[in-house]
Amino acid sequence: MKICTILKQVPDAEASIRTSGDRVDLSGVTFVMDGMDEYGVEEAIRLREGGAQVEIVALALGPKRFEDAIRTSLAIGADRAVHIETDETYDAISQARILAEAVKKEGAELVFVGGKEADWDSAALGPALAEVLGWPHVDWTTKLALSGAAVEATHDTDSGTETVKVALPAVITTQQGLNEPRYPTLPNIMKAKRKELRKAQPADYGAATALTRLTGEAIQVKTRLNKLFSGDAVESATALVNALRNEAKVL
Amino acid sequence: MILLVPEHAAGTLRGSARELVTAGRTLQAALGGEIHALLLGPGAAAAAAEIAKYGVQAHHSEDAGYEPFKAQVWTHAAAEAATMLGAKAVLVPASRSGLSYAPRVAVRLNAALLEDVIEVDSDGATVGGKRFTYLSRVTESSRTTALPVVISLKVNVLAPAEAAAAPGAVAAIDLPAAASGVEVLSQAKASTGGVSLDEASVVVTGGRGVGSPEGFTRLVEPLAATVNAAVGATRAVVDAGWRPYADQVGQTGKTVAPNVYIAVGLSGAVQHLSGMNRSKTIVAINKDKDAPIFKVADYGVVGDVNEVVPELVKLLKG
Ligand SMILES: Cc1cc2nc3c(=O)[nH]c(=O)nc-3n(C[C@H](O)[C@H](O)[C@H](O)COP(=O)(O)OP(=O)(O)OC[C@H]3O[C@@H](n4cnc5c(N)ncnc54)[C@H](O)[C@@H]3O)c2cc1C
Repeated sequence: MKICTILKQVPDAEASIRTSGDRVDLSGVTFVMDGMDEYGVEEAIRLREGGAQVEIVALALGPKRFEDAIRTSLAIGADRAVHIETDETYDAISQARILAEAVKKEGAELVFVGGKEADWDSAALGPALAEVLGWPHVDWTTKLALSGAAVEATHDTDSGTETVKVALPAVITTQQGLNEPRYPTLPNIMKAKRKELRKAQPADYGAATALTRLTGEAIQVKTRLNKLFSGDAVESATALVNALRNEAKVL
Repeated sequence: MILLVPEHAAGTLRGSARELVTAGRTLQAALGGEIHALLLGPGAAAAAAEIAKYGVQAHHSEDAGYEPFKAQVWTHAAAEAATMLGAKAVLVPASRSGLSYAPRVAVRLNAALLEDVIEVDSDGATVGGKRFTYLSRVTESSRTTALPVVISLKVNVLAPAEAAAAPGAVAAIDLPAAASGVEVLSQAKASTGGVSLDEASVVVTGGRGVGSPEGFTRLVEPLAATVNAAVGATRAVVDAGWRPYADQVGQTGKTVAPNVYIAVGLSGAVQHLSGMNRSKTIVAINKDKDAPIFKVADYGVVGDVNEVVPELVKLLKG
């Protein structure tokens, strides 16, 4: 079985985000593979370690810098990678249309997508990709097992959790709890350099046009009072309750 | 016209339904046409009668196949209704379910998607929206290049609509649930007990500084009970197994924006802040005066939670 894991490279969460003009300015920012995508690569490896015959193909759509994240996935355990390199901005839906073509060409039966992207805060790619492919999807997955030509997956819903059985092919979106992603080891980082990283272009997959465009970005600023009480616990607790009741007029 | 797909629980509309009407009216002012609503699953007729009070033309299909929620099944219904009625905009709440099928509806309708938006506007030809990005640190504005558009609307943000002078019509719609490749084997309700995180107006969240599961019972829960708050937890606490995942606030947990957020013994990591930084008043208790949580706090106590929290409980009870 072929498994595709979709990768994104995002700013390190510790990096501070700046704007210049009305756009986020990412110059000088450290980028990492999206933590959510690590769960997908790890889960694919675990399926193999559990005895399944799988080939793991990392698939990424984005600018040249994405190579670092792709190399990381190869070092963690993906077998090879396809990088659809572009500086074009696509939204989640147009990305899904391009990536779906790539998944079809690969003939994959299982696709992992990060549950929520750390740059766009978006959970749309997985469901959109599944829809373009005409496949079912399971989102916010915390547990996965192969069961013949199907998977059994436990995931979070609005009211709690649910275990579902889904016939393959299917898209699975990941989240914390699915597994503990391993770190790439030095020998594996060296080995990853010899693994195939094929370059492609959006046009190879029929391209697609974004139906939305970005019109502005601004740092969210909410001015906070930053009033700190310290010293004796009883005194500072009293000062806090007074401030909450008389100044903020809450509680 | 504009199509809303509100959620209901066995016939009772969820709070997000009236927010959909608010957004629908904003778009209607520019796009014209009527506002319609599609209600699905057992209880849909009662929920339709309820939403009609807001001047909305309500359609219902009681087919039991709409419960439990399945993304492909709801996608089919929303897309069919949108096509049948000629919708320029489809609005759903950005609940887990809404976020799960809105992208599919957009693909199926060849429509633009505006996801998890806090605000909408329209010039008649396109629709714009605002949403949070970069772990909720940035507010992004984007616009569609054309119509139709599918919008998932962040919950608990817009003012709920008031009833209209003239109610809309209520009618059954012939829209049986489609088949899906997903079979539900079992379900478990989240048993947080007490006040639910999503709806609480006060949230008390404990971090690793609370020390232990007993620390939650001894400090966080009594404080929460005193101010009628829901209990939240950081990921460090959830990973340690002190609290269930359902309690987690942050990037990979719940997003909350209560009136008052009380952070007890947590550091204020970016991933945590992204789930609570829109709270109205933020209070923090931490023994480290340089803890990042104090930067986003309105009020803070620098001190040991073991000493400060019992004192707070005493004072707030009095
Ligand atoms: C991809 C990803 C997603 C993540 N998602 C989330 C998420 O959704 N939610 C989340 O919360 N985190 C998330 N994290 C983890 C996050 O980065 C932090 O590790 C976590 O929030 C830290 O939890 P904490 O504040 O409880 O613990 P710590 O950072 O260890 O902080 C404990 C704090 O308690 C204080 N303290 C200790 N003892 C006392 C005492 N006796 N009295 C008073 N104060 C005391 C300390 O000064 C310290 O500030 C995520 C991380 C990643 C990489």
